[in-house]
Amino acid sequence: MKRHLNTLFVVTDGSYLSKEGQAVRVKVEKETKLRVPLINLDGIVCFGRVGASPALLGACAEAGVTVSLMSRHGRLLARVVGFTPGNVLLRRTQYRTADDPDQSAFIARNIVAAKIANCRSVLLRSARDSSNSQVKDSLQAAARSMENPLREARHAKSVDTARGYEGEAAATYFRVWNDLLGGKGFVMNGRSRRPPLDPVNALLSFLYSLLSHDARSAAEAAGLDSQVGFLHQDRPGRPSLALDLMEELRPFLADRVALSLINRGQVTPNGFRTSESGAVLMDDDTRKTVLSAYQKRKQDKLTHPFLGEKTTVGLLVHLQARLLARHLRSDLDEYPPFLWR
Amino acid sequence: MHSEDDFIPISALQHVLFCERQAALIHVERLWAENRLTAEGKVLHEKTHSERVETRGRVRIVRSLMLRSLRLGLFGRSDVVEFAAPECVSNPTSIFRRWGQGESVDWSAWQITPVEYKRGKPKKDGSDRVQLCAQAMCLEEMLGVTILSGSLFYGQRKRRTTVLFDSSLREQTATAASRMREFIETGTTPPAIYEPKCDSCSLIELCLPEATTGRRRVQQFLDNHFDKHLEASGPTTDTSFS
Ligand code: SF4
Repeated sequence: MKRHLNTLFVVTDGSYLSKEGQAVRVKVEKETKLRVPLINLDGIVCFGRVGASPALLGACAEAGVTVSLMSRHGRLLARVVGFTPGNVLLRRTQYRTADDPDQSAFIARNIVAAKIANCRSVLLRSARDSSNSQVKDSLQAAARSMENPLREARHAKSVDTARGYEGEAAATYFRVWNDLLGGKGFVMNGRSRRPPLDPVNALLSFLYSLLSHDARSAAEAAGLDSQVGFLHQDRPGRPSLALDLMEELRPFLADRVALSLINRGQVTPNGFRTSESGAVLMDDDTRKTVLSAYQKRKQDKLTHPFLGEKTTVGLLVHLQARLLARHLRSDLDEYPPFLWR
Repeated sequence: MHSEDDFIPISALQHVLFCERQAALIHVERLWAENRLTAEGKVLHEKTHSERVETRGRVRIVRSLMLRSLRLGLFGRSDVVEFAAPECVSNPTSIFRRWGQGESVDWSAWQITPVEYKRGKPKKDGSDRVQLCAQAMCLEEMLGVTILSGSLFYGQRKRRTTVLFDSSLREQTATAASRMREFIETGTTPPAIYEPKCDSCSLIELCLPEATTGRRRVQQFLDNHFDKHLEASGPTTDTSFS
């Protein structure tokens, strides 16, 4: 098992990646900028105009290193993955479970409940740190009004019911995000995705796309089909299972990174620009800052609540994918989502 | 008799003897994680697997011979098989030439010995012996001979250990093969039982034995955690990150 789940992000336009022994070499304008042994990598993510040699792509496929090609703004264009061993029995169980409304609900409700709990943790954590009593009150009140959706979601009998509580909790959660932003010049008007209409949404969307890339790799590495989910229904081209796996991790992995970047002043509203259509985009420096913060976050250590073992934040999504696989193979009575406590 | 489509690799028998769940995770669920030990083993094997034939006196040494047994439903490759010519054969080389041209040869008087190279020390579970015995049983079926013994060569000890293919070892080998077949045919993976050997298992992080032994109750864990979450005034972990 890979212990170092590092992702190599290549953001410089005109970079070229090639194979050098069992390492990847990054060249920019004929000058070698970096060499990284493949064994240290989980994935390579290229943004924009980045080239790679066929020999490198082949070596990555063999070494289990996924190469993703993204647009400059983080939209996935293509991936190169090796031949996955593919556990046909696991996949068939996954499909049967996804086809069964009761069994899907049984998994989906745990994911939703954990997501709500983890969102509450984000709010409560900031409330505790805040010196402004009005902000404290507002965050605590929001957390309180998410208690009911949490309790109900945990026992939801159908995916739709669970989704309903999720929507209710998410509305409450994002309503108080302006209190979380601590007057650093950022203002958020609810969640907007297509396109993001303010810098905070642009930041979140970008972080979510990084997380979904990781979730997809994790699902596939565990032998699951990343397109067939339980909470998210099938839609052509949508990595529904990866989205399922992301839900419970978003608050802890992406939202907190966004908040920390803002509160520490590492990103400022000046690092974003608004296009003619109103869509908000990050500039290159901001994107680099976000990538390195996400990468650093993945190296943080923690104790996995269910497994009781020390692990890294980066491995969380892999562990969750494996726990899900083990539940589908009947080794666990329920799917244990990640709970941040 | 088994059909060639359903053959099981001889190497799977080692996994069965080490841990039946591991065998099923690899051969039923097709999960494979390479750790340092298996990677080193592969390097050692790559050396012996370059197909080479060599003659030392009256002994022909054949490397990387393809093996199969219809009776056991197994296939694989041997590291080395030694064919020692009996007294009555005056020109062993000519027999090999004939064999190489596809003529059938009567091997019954020859002493045929499979040899397997292993890194490290002999394994406690006897899986090395079973693997060697499986090779011998394949050879017996393919060549129409009886093989009494084989050799294991351990990298760490640098000397040979003779293995006698007695009836109990043969039975153990056949049982391991039929256990493996049972898992594959029914698509089952036996439940995990956490044991000290798990710590040296390359699949521990995919098997999660501590979390899955006895189908651990997630329900209880969740009830407990959600309750605690609702009582608490915020997360207590992850204080390094603000
Ligand atoms: S971790 Fe333990 S139970 Fe699981 S496959 Fe390995 S040896 Fe068997």
